[in-house]
Order: sequence, then C-alpha cells, then structure tokens
Amino acid sequence: MTRSIDAKTSEPVIRFEEVTKSFGDRRRRHVVLNRVSFSIPRGRTTVIAGGSGQGKSVTLKLILGLMRPDSGHIYVDDLDVTTLRGAELRSLRTRFGVLFQGAALFDSLTVFENIALPLRERTRLSEEEIRERVMATLRQLELDGHEEKFPAQLSGGMKKRVGLARALQLDPEIVLFDEPTTGLDPVMTQEIYELFSRTQKRLGYTAVIVSHDIPKVFDLADRIILLNRGEVDVFNDIEEIVHSTKPYIREFAEMTMGELFGGNSGEKGCADE
Amino acid sequence: MPEETPLLLRPFAALGDTVLYLLTDLGRMGIYLFASLLGVFRRPFRFGELVKQLRFIGAGSISVIFFTALSSGMVLGLQGYYSLHKFGAEGMLGSAVSLTLIMELGPILTALMVTGRAGSAMCAEIGIMRISEQIDALECMAIDPFRYLISPKLLATLISVPLLTAIFDVVGIFGGYLAGVKLMGVSSGSYFNGMMQSVTNHDIRLGIIKSFVFALLLVWICSGRGYFVQRIRGAGFGAESVSKVTTQAVVLSSISVLIFDYLLTAILL
Repeated sequence: MTRSIDAKTSEPVIRFEEVTKSFGDRRRRHVVLNRVSFSIPRGRTTVIAGGSGQGKSVTLKLILGLMRPDSGHIYVDDLDVTTLRGAELRSLRTRFGVLFQGAALFDSLTVFENIALPLRERTRLSEEEIRERVMATLRQLELDGHEEKFPAQLSGGMKKRVGLARALQLDPEIVLFDEPTTGLDPVMTQEIYELFSRTQKRLGYTAVIVSHDIPKVFDLADRIILLNRGEVDVFNDIEEIVHSTKPYIREFAEMTMGELFGGNSGEKGCADE
Repeated sequence: MPEETPLLLRPFAALGDTVLYLLTDLGRMGIYLFASLLGVFRRPFRFGELVKQLRFIGAGSISVIFFTALSSGMVLGLQGYYSLHKFGAEGMLGSAVSLTLIMELGPILTALMVTGRAGSAMCAEIGIMRISEQIDALECMAIDPFRYLISPKLLATLISVPLLTAIFDVVGIFGGYLAGVKLMGVSSGSYFNGMMQSVTNHDIRLGIIKSFVFALLLVWICSGRGYFVQRIRGAGFGAESVSKVTTQAVVLSSISVLIFDYLLTAILL
C-alpha cells in the first residue's frame, strides 16, 4: 500500500545543511556524507534507507549530537546541534526518544527498571506515579507480566518493545529508530511496524526510521531519504523512486523492491495499485 | 584523493600521527577524569549504586587482599630475619616489616590486586555498555553518563582502596609477626616496640597519599579505556575490542602505579 503523501508541504523539524562527515585518517579517508542537505517534516514518518556503511546510523548520531560533522549545520527547529554543548545539548536531547538497533537495554536492570529509568532520572514523579505510568505502558505494549525479567530473558521482539516503551516515557517530540527490525522474523517485523504506526498516530511524534528492511518500511514512510556514496536523494513517494532516472536508484529499486514491482523497476507497476 | 606522502617522509608522518593520537587520547582522558570527578557532586546522588560498587570493589576484594598481605608479610618476616640476623639486628624486624608494608608494599600490592580484580571488570563492563550502545542510550535520555555510571565507581574506588591498603598493612604486619616471632623466635616485645618507635605519622601519611593516588589512577585508566573502547587505535571492533582494551587497561594501570610509586616516594620521602 502506498500512502498519500503531504510531507512536501509539512514544516521541517530537522534540517541538514551542507553536512559532511568522514571517517579514517588523512591517508584512508572514507566520506560518508558529502555536503548533503535535506529536511525531515514535523509529525511525519521519514525513512532513511541505503546500503550498509552508507551513513544511516551516522545520520541519527549527528542529529543527536553524539557525533559532530566535519562541516555544515544540523538544525532542530532553529537550534544548531553542531554548536551545542553540555547542558544545552542535554536539553535538546530531552525532545528525542531513541530506539537503538539492539534496543540498548541495561543488562543489570529489569524491564520495569529500564522503562522507569528516564522517569526516575529526568522527572520528579513519585515512585507510585512512576509505577503507574510504567505499568500502563507495559499493558499498551503487551508486556505486562514481564516487568521483573531481565533483558537477557527476553526475545528480540520483546526487547524492541521494551526499548520503544523506554523511548516514549518522556513524551518525545521526535523518535529515532535505528534498524528497529534487525534480527526479527517477518511476523515480528510486521508486528513491530504496526506498533510503530499505532503509537505514531496516537502520540503524533515525528518518526525517523533508519532501516534496510525494504520495501516493508516504505509502507510507513511519508518521506524517503536514500543515502548512497555520500550523497542523498529525497523522495516523497515510493513511485518517485521507481520513476527516478538515476542509475543507482533504478538498481536499488530493482534489487530491493523487485517483488513489489514485478521484478523490474522499469515497468513502474506498483503491486498495490 | 588524499595527497600521497613521499616514501622518505613516511616514517615522520607515522611518528606525527602517533604523537597526535597520543596527545588527543591524553586530552580525552583528561576531560574524562574531570567530568567524572564533577559527576560525584552532581545530583541526584546514586547512593544505592555507590553501596553496590563499595561491595564489589571493596568488600569483594578483602579475601584477595588478606591472602596477598599475609603471604607478603610472612615472606618479609623471613627475609628480614635472615638479613638482620647477619648483623645481629633481629630486633629491627618489626620496624623493617612495618615500614616496608606501610610505605611501599601495602599501597602498591593493594592497587595491583584491585586493578586485576575490579579494574579489569570495570573496564570490560563499561566497554560492553559502550559497544552495545547503552552509554549512547544514557546520553540520548539526557542522563549524564559520568554522574550515572562512572562517578559511583570512582568514589567507591577512592574509598575502598585506602581502606583495603590499611587492611593489607595490618594483615601484613601480622604475617611478619607469625614468621619472625612465632617461627624464627624473635621477641614479641622487640618486634612491636621496633615498629612503634620507627613508624611515624609521616610514613603513614605517605602510604595513605599513595593509596589515594593509585586508586585514582586505576579507576581512571580502567574505566576510561572501557569508556573510549571504540576510539582506541588498533583495538578492533566488538567483543575483540573489549578484550584487547581490558588487557591494555590492566597493563597500563599497573605500570602507571609503579611509575607513580617512584615519583611519589622521590617527592614525598
């Protein structure tokens, strides 16, 4: 199913302006992002896709200020993330929720303690209020009964749900998902995407999903950003990808969406249409 | 395309790269230490975590310290007896054993034992948290990882190591007593009298200062190497990087303790 897109007209919440990021030393420099500019619309779901090592996770870390670009600016509303330090950066991060690739749950804490962590550390709620909120979230994500388990006792899908529950505890404006379905079976992947869709509609946050689970993740997308060899291409519609004349995008569409498009991107026939 | 360095200049370029890396690393570790010390005073204070770390670093190391101290003290007692016996100065045994333990062996061996037992575990734990993005997760939740994660370990080490050193000293002196007095027949009175007459407050102060400095060194190096596991040159990736960096941390911490022991002795003696 392709979604009707109005991300073109939405106000941007995150903007990349001429951002360059490279790794390695002077002799072996690998440019991941080369003077890229794009924006992420507020209240919508943006998917960042691309092959391995193309800078998808780096893009998320740049948005959060966990990495600094070599040059260029990254704005969250009017705040330039590249210039923020210390308390300012921490204040900005309170607007974000992040679901990491491996969920990044704390091994020594139970499910309950993991989800309660941001509430205990960042709010002045009483222990009773925290318990109520955490238990409500656990029920919503069908995790009730697992609150005393440790992360090592959970399945991959449950870890992701706990990670999502933790990411949503402080009612973030923007939620970043880093490869959220890696290592999950197709049924669980579908369940996780449905869960994202439900929570995004209910809470109205801006979602940025990094994934190479294509074409499934495109069903959620209002905007698609493709990364390739340091450059970006932005699409507001899955069909824009199919109609692109750029050779690498045509190749990408054929390789990743062959089934959806009858094995040939040149036919431009969408299975859902 | 990066500019190719001429063949003749490559050794100098490599040397320059290494110097720059070492300076960057030292700067990074300096900022890390400062942020960790600052984290001790930031609220909310993690009292529960401090107690947990005191239990792990301090209480958990008591048995290791006890046996190391006992054997060291007994060896000192025997060696001291044979050396002093040649000069007919067995009465100085208590003085020799206690001064050696209080000023040198106590602080050094305690620091080395804690490095091996708790420092390596600290490095591996923090390294794993780093590679599994748990530290990134803390930063993303706007939780200061220094206050939350590092500072309780730092404070617990600073409290534990001097106390463990004191235990080491007492047990070591008792070991010397067992070997010198009970086995070799030195008079109990001269053993303790010699000790009380020769050990001054200055000697005890030197031992305490050393134990604090060694504690700071070991917790700084071990936790810091784990924290920066992904930025250490040649460490590799994933589990391999944690294992390599843990070994490196233990070696670096132990060598630093020995070097600082000489420096502190030279300055404060």
